Amino acid sequence: MDSAFFFTYFLQFVISGITIGSIYAMVAVGFNIIYNVTEIINFAQGEFVMLGGLIMVIFYNKLDLPILIAFLMTVIVVAMIGLLIDQIVIKSIKQPTVLTLIIGTIATSILLKGAAMFIWGKNPYDLPAFSGREAINFFGAVIQPQALWVIGILVVVVGLLSFFFEKSIIGKAMRACSDNQDAALLVGISVKRMILLSFALSAAIGAVAGVIVTPIALMEYDRGAMLAVKGFAALILGGLGSFPGAVIGGLLLGLIEALVAGYISSGYKDAFALAVLLILLFVRPHGILGNPTVAKFKKF
Amino acid sequence: MKKISFQTLFILALSLITMFSVVSCEKKTTQKLKIGAVFSVTGGASFLGDPEKKTAEMLVEQVNKAGGINGVQVELIVMDTEGDATKTNLAVKKLMTQDKVLAVVGPSTSGNSIAVIPLAEETMTPLVSCAASYKIVNNPDTNKPYKWVFKTPQSDSMAVEAIFTHLQSKKINKIAILSDTSGFGASGRAELQRLAKDYNMSIVADETYGPKDTDMTPQLTKIKKLNPQAIVNWSIGPTQVTVVRNWKDLKMDGIKFYQSHGFGSLKNVELAAGAAEGVYLPLGSVAIADILPENHPQKTVTRQYVNDYNAKYNEPLSSFGGHAHDALKMVFAAIGKAGADKAKIRDELEKISGFVGQHGIFNMSADDHNGLDKTAFNMLVVKDGKWAFAD
Repeated sequence: MDSAFFFTYFLQFVISGITIGSIYAMVAVGFNIIYNVTEIINFAQGEFVMLGGLIMVIFYNKLDLPILIAFLMTVIVVAMIGLLIDQIVIKSIKQPTVLTLIIGTIATSILLKGAAMFIWGKNPYDLPAFSGREAINFFGAVIQPQALWVIGILVVVVGLLSFFFEKSIIGKAMRACSDNQDAALLVGISVKRMILLSFALSAAIGAVAGVIVTPIALMEYDRGAMLAVKGFAALILGGLGSFPGAVIGGLLLGLIEALVAGYISSGYKDAFALAVLLILLFVRPHGILGNPTVAKFKKF
Repeated sequence: MKKISFQTLFILALSLITMFSVVSCEKKTTQKLKIGAVFSVTGGASFLGDPEKKTAEMLVEQVNKAGGINGVQVELIVMDTEGDATKTNLAVKKLMTQDKVLAVVGPSTSGNSIAVIPLAEETMTPLVSCAASYKIVNNPDTNKPYKWVFKTPQSDSMAVEAIFTHLQSKKINKIAILSDTSGFGASGRAELQRLAKDYNMSIVADETYGPKDTDMTPQLTKIKKLNPQAIVNWSIGPTQVTVVRNWKDLKMDGIKFYQSHGFGSLKNVELAAGAAEGVYLPLGSVAIADILPENHPQKTVTRQYVNDYNAKYNEPLSSFGGHAHDALKMVFAAIGKAGADKAKIRDELEKISGFVGQHGIFNMSADDHNGLDKTAFNMLVVKDGKWAFAD
């Protein structure tokens, strides 16, 4: 095989890996937002992605709203669902420990999945790609225009979030809650409101991921769990709590899957991804970009 | 009344149980022909169980409206397995031992069906499965069918044979196979590998993907490198749509694409958004009732079923419902001849021949508890978003 061919194939694998990795990264970022404020892992994160895709189907395919408005409405509705989960599930748990809260999120994920099955049925749904389905030729490899949207939106989302958490006063307040809730309360930060906000924000990001992935891979009621598992793996790989870590973890996971499927064996791609995760956890238990000193002070 | 001793409780419970069993004994005297049905109405395999349940309920309603079987009304007891083998086992046990049904229709999936074979054999109750695997009707120890177990869907091997026969007619012998890692995909993959030799097919690539995967571009790129003449894909759910889209995106139209019968819903063609054009697949007659020629033996039964189903449920028919249709209709026929006697019903089921069903014409025998062959599949191609007979 000559080298031009080799390059083309390699490029194709990398593009596939980055596209799917971007989705994992967005799920991981969603996990991180809630984790950073509350120290819990919200296992309903995958369900936000599923809801994003399916609610967009209602707004765009059924109600015929313009794509941008449908997109915004979807994100708002899912963010509201995030708020409700915090209000109804998280707040009403009598003795909130990390464990009971996480179990609460698992229950929520099952509930949302069941509700989605009743509303949308069991069939998969499709959304039209944002700028057509005509594949673009890129040095011999092909890219779906939608894949560029996925990558682009990931960059924008991560950029905005970094700005929000580093520069804005609310973002800083949210980070303060994660460092020490009692101290944050003492300096006048409403911890409850920050937790509420974190649920809305991560639900919104999940919804964005759902809307942009549906034109590539369809969406059905039980897709959430798989995305949550992959996103969680990406999160651990990159380091719990770190946004750049979540992105690196997601992209790495996607790339490993695509390259292993392409060069070794598609049957073993998940096994390889998990093996890399395990090896990394032996070497760096706090993930690629996780901070071991900070991790010591966390409950989970 | 503060402390109830253990003995009192025990006696109380015992008397309650006896009371209920007396009641249920009395109930039995109201003569009705009880038939059990176990389908995966919810859960991962609900796309099978949901149309099967609806079909079964519709048929029982129809037969009762027409006066029942030989004047006796039919009672259908439907249980949901949720696709879970343990729940299936409990449901079938309850149907066979407590409800004492004359026959059980279902389960929907191969795994669940294989799990309840011992129950049917022990309680000596006929079971007509709606799942595909040939293992359901083949005891590996004797290489013969299990005595009490039948099944209506075509085996995977028949779909593979139909595809291979079509490939041969196109002078193709270099193929790539793709499958998902679900039970359906794995079983299809095994059959493709097993039968390839008989049809002189050389398999140059054998790739798999997860049932919830979102992208099969890497697998297809790898296949493209090896340059086969055709790809045979075996999966269910949204992945079989994604894989067709990826095939189109990678401009691999030069390589013919064959799907399994799992692709057999026009919904999939619609979801593929034009990418499914030119895809070949084997399908039972029920899915193509509209385009069957007038003189086709299954024309009348399939059209009637499709019309009844659409009228009652106001939704397009899934061909999977046809498996329940065939199973239940054969049970009706057997009860019609044998009466309310499980052993005789079993014998009548085994004697069924020339039975025109939704998925083929059944000829059961002591050696064949399925009764179909590869002619139960028609080779079709997607043309202008619809099924058409492949040439």
